[in-house]
Amino acid sequence: MEVPDGRELLRLSVNREDRLLLVRSHATLLEVLREDLGLTGTKHGCELGECGACTVLVDGTPQLSCLLLPAQVEGTAVTTIEGLARGSELHPVQQAFVAQGGLQCGYCTPGMVLAAKALLDENPAPSRDEIKEALAGNLCRCTGYAGIIEAVEEAGRMLS
Amino acid sequence: MTIEAPRDERALRVVGKSLPRVEAAAKVTGSIAYADDIVLPGMLFCKLLRSRHPYARVLSIDTRAARAVPGVVAVLTGHDLPVNYGIMPTCEDEHALEHEKVRFVGDPVAAVAAVDEETAQAGCRAISVEYEPLEAVESIEQALVPPDDEPLHDYAGPANVHRLAALEFGDVDAGFARAAHVREDIFFFEGNTHLPMEQHSATAQVAGDKVTLWSSTQDPHYVHRALAKVLGLPMGKLRVVAAPHGGGFGGKCDPFSHEIVVCKVAMMTGRPVKCTLTREEVFYTHRGRHPVLMWVRTGVDADGRILAMHFRSALDGGAYGSYGPASTLYTGALQTTTYAIPAYRFEGARVFTNKAPCGPKRGHGTPQPRFALEVHLDKLAADVGLDPVELRRRNFVKPFSRTVNWLRITSCGLEEVTNRVLEASGYARRERRRGHGMGFAVSSYMCGAGLPIYWNKMPHSECVVNVGRGGVTLYCGATDIGQGSDSVLATVAAEELGLWPGDIRLVTGDTGLTPVDLGSYSSRVTFMAGNAAREAAAKMRALLVGVVADEEGCAPQEVEVRDGKVGRMTFEEAATLAEEHLGVLSAHGTYTPPEGIGGRYKGAGVGPSPAYSYSAATVDLDADPGSGEIRVNKVWLAHDIGRSINEMAARGQVEGGVYMGLGEALMEAQAYRDGLHRQPSMLDYKSLTFLEMPEVETILVETHDPEGPYGAKEVGQGPLLPVIPAVVSAVHDALGVWIDEVPVTPDKIVRALDARAKGKEARYGPKRFPDIPYPDLVKVVPPDAATAAL
Repeated sequence: MEVPDGRELLRLSVNREDRLLLVRSHATLLEVLREDLGLTGTKHGCELGECGACTVLVDGTPQLSCLLLPAQVEGTAVTTIEGLARGSELHPVQQAFVAQGGLQCGYCTPGMVLAAKALLDENPAPSRDEIKEALAGNLCRCTGYAGIIEAVEEAGRMLS
Repeated sequence: MTIEAPRDERALRVVGKSLPRVEAAAKVTGSIAYADDIVLPGMLFCKLLRSRHPYARVLSIDTRAARAVPGVVAVLTGHDLPVNYGIMPTCEDEHALEHEKVRFVGDPVAAVAAVDEETAQAGCRAISVEYEPLEAVESIEQALVPPDDEPLHDYAGPANVHRLAALEFGDVDAGFARAAHVREDIFFFEGNTHLPMEQHSATAQVAGDKVTLWSSTQDPHYVHRALAKVLGLPMGKLRVVAAPHGGGFGGKCDPFSHEIVVCKVAMMTGRPVKCTLTREEVFYTHRGRHPVLMWVRTGVDADGRILAMHFRSALDGGAYGSYGPASTLYTGALQTTTYAIPAYRFEGARVFTNKAPCGPKRGHGTPQPRFALEVHLDKLAADVGLDPVELRRRNFVKPFSRTVNWLRITSCGLEEVTNRVLEASGYARRERRRGHGMGFAVSSYMCGAGLPIYWNKMPHSECVVNVGRGGVTLYCGATDIGQGSDSVLATVAAEELGLWPGDIRLVTGDTGLTPVDLGSYSSRVTFMAGNAAREAAAKMRALLVGVVADEEGCAPQEVEVRDGKVGRMTFEEAATLAEEHLGVLSAHGTYTPPEGIGGRYKGAGVGPSPAYSYSAATVDLDADPGSGEIRVNKVWLAHDIGRSINEMAARGQVEGGVYMGLGEALMEAQAYRDGLHRQPSMLDYKSLTFLEMPEVETILVETHDPEGPYGAKEVGQGPLLPVIPAVVSAVHDALGVWIDEVPVTPDKIVRALDARAKGKEARYGPKRFPDIPYPDLVKVVPPDAATAAL
């Protein structure tokens, strides 16, 4: 059967699972993750690539899923917040956000946690300035950022 | 049943610790379902068609083409929802869909439900609306003049004035006559918006004759009430559930068009339906900080003691009433809870303009006058040759006193927060050089409004604690908007039952399953729901202790409840035994603010609270004398919290409050041009990122309020308040210019420096306060110091 107009046949690897999808050609990766794959942990925030709430990891690098078409990530490994914990065991970055008060309403948290993980994978002992620089594209309206910085520092200690 | 006297509070085991919030794991894994994450079988998607005119008459709406779009299931106009509503009974001036007039860009006129969001949008585009544009009202000054066209609403006036207030406590003229020095100032606070990370979203479902709404609301109780009115259904047929919440800050406190529309569509089609706003729609939905123009006049004696104050405010309310009457009175009510003002006159006005409606934002109506008052006192201190801190100290309210406008003050850590923040910041020894400055300010805020938004005699908060094989479940209408409400309730119940917060299952913010709580506004949850939870859990403890004491053959006071045990039994064994003896194990608690905490005059409903929190801030910053750019280096914030229930969560609230205060002080503005928002996107509406946010040193001061749960008071709103004036004061310290208009942006600083260079007043700010037709003063006899002593 032919792929109808306005649709795209895609093979994506999301959270270590291969998925074959027929999606609207103009749907963003964010919409496909949330609506076609039911992975609602990734959040809509601004629709403009400004707030970071929709951050996912593409081959380990933080990317804004609201600015990507899914075809752009074919052949890569996409990780969403749902793919970070191993079973019921939280990833150290997640543990540190819980323990250090790195979240309040939690809406920016999935994007923040993934951006922090990507930073720590590259630089396990970042300075405060390096943390601020790496996370400056992720907005939070609740915490004043202090708890998040402490969580990233704690996670760095746990990982190294 | 009587409750045991409070246990020795030195023995608290859970309260006051730094513990992770109870829902943290669900948030870091992305498994928690916010309102927009809800998906129901057969669900439709709804979009609203909104006005592009700031002010226009709706002549006709043609929906035929929309109904013909394949996939469109329902199209609604105002004729489907003709009943008016509004959060306050005195100004129910909204319709879910306007069918006669639109009053701001963004006012909804029609709704389309379809099989998906894109089809719903296509349906909206296919609707043709014929408008007759009217002359838009864009400013406070314009709203005071009789319009060529008709006023926005027919229930108010004169012109486009919504609300006027004029109150006098004590003899203000006599106070000014005796004053050694009198000073007047004019200030303007530009409005700003909440900018929650989560866009508003609502989903409705019908089952039989019952409707359920899941919504990102801060107060399901008030939404429930509005839905019953507009939909014409008994409250028992409606259930409103506050979904896990992605940020409120006051912006999700009104009943909204999209919430009503999805219920109506679900009733019409029998299918579940969701409506999620876009970010641009959130900016136009607003209900945020009012722009307020203020004029203040204060007289002091030779020692700098305040003899009289006269405060005038004019609020730009936007297009609808919302919380407006309360917002207006709040701009005058809390000046007296920090300073002992023996004679006080307040005149306030709110006007309608063709902009998105304003409403409550963190600090509701009080950050604007706090900015004005604190900066005014800085200038007054300079006039009379006093240190600004010393002038304040001479006028601080005393603990356990009563203000001239009849507000009851109980615990008050004003002296201590002042001392702690000055000491920590080294304010008195600060480095004095051009371009560097420090500023200081204080503030106070309520621990919940003393009265509900509409008149009723229900308790303000109720909790039920059930114990059984399933463990402990606490039911309360309180709503966690990210501030930690659920964690407070769980901590209180755990403290009383010898458990940990994670042992408590919570059912909250659900009008179908939980007893009433008025919602997450006015910083009321810890004080009010916390007290209700404590009473319920203490009663449950007494039930368990009684049964265990009988079983173990000892007196109840010998049964210890701690570390998961009741006497020698595990909690589970004790619960099973109690159920065998008593049947269903259920206990309840309620909280109603005490009588007599406020006055009895018209307008006295705004301001009273069972307790007030106190904050003090110092801000250290660099301000570039060339470009006017500001770099905030550090903020010290001391807050009288009474007692922290969860220290980590409390610190988070302080840090978040400082962050939001800095955003308002430096960059955030909900401003308009020709009726259009100037920056309705997160790209253009600037807020602080990690890079601009300075270090915050938080100091929690515990004054153990006699009526707060374990002595606790609020922390969600108060710490924002002193930050804004402290920034303005620090800019003056750095550059010698006063910026009497918030936000303090570089262009304003440069203009003030230019003015000074030209020999003009070293200031940027409003120069005149308009003539407002305030009514005759309501003269209120102030409480007699002797009879009002507590």
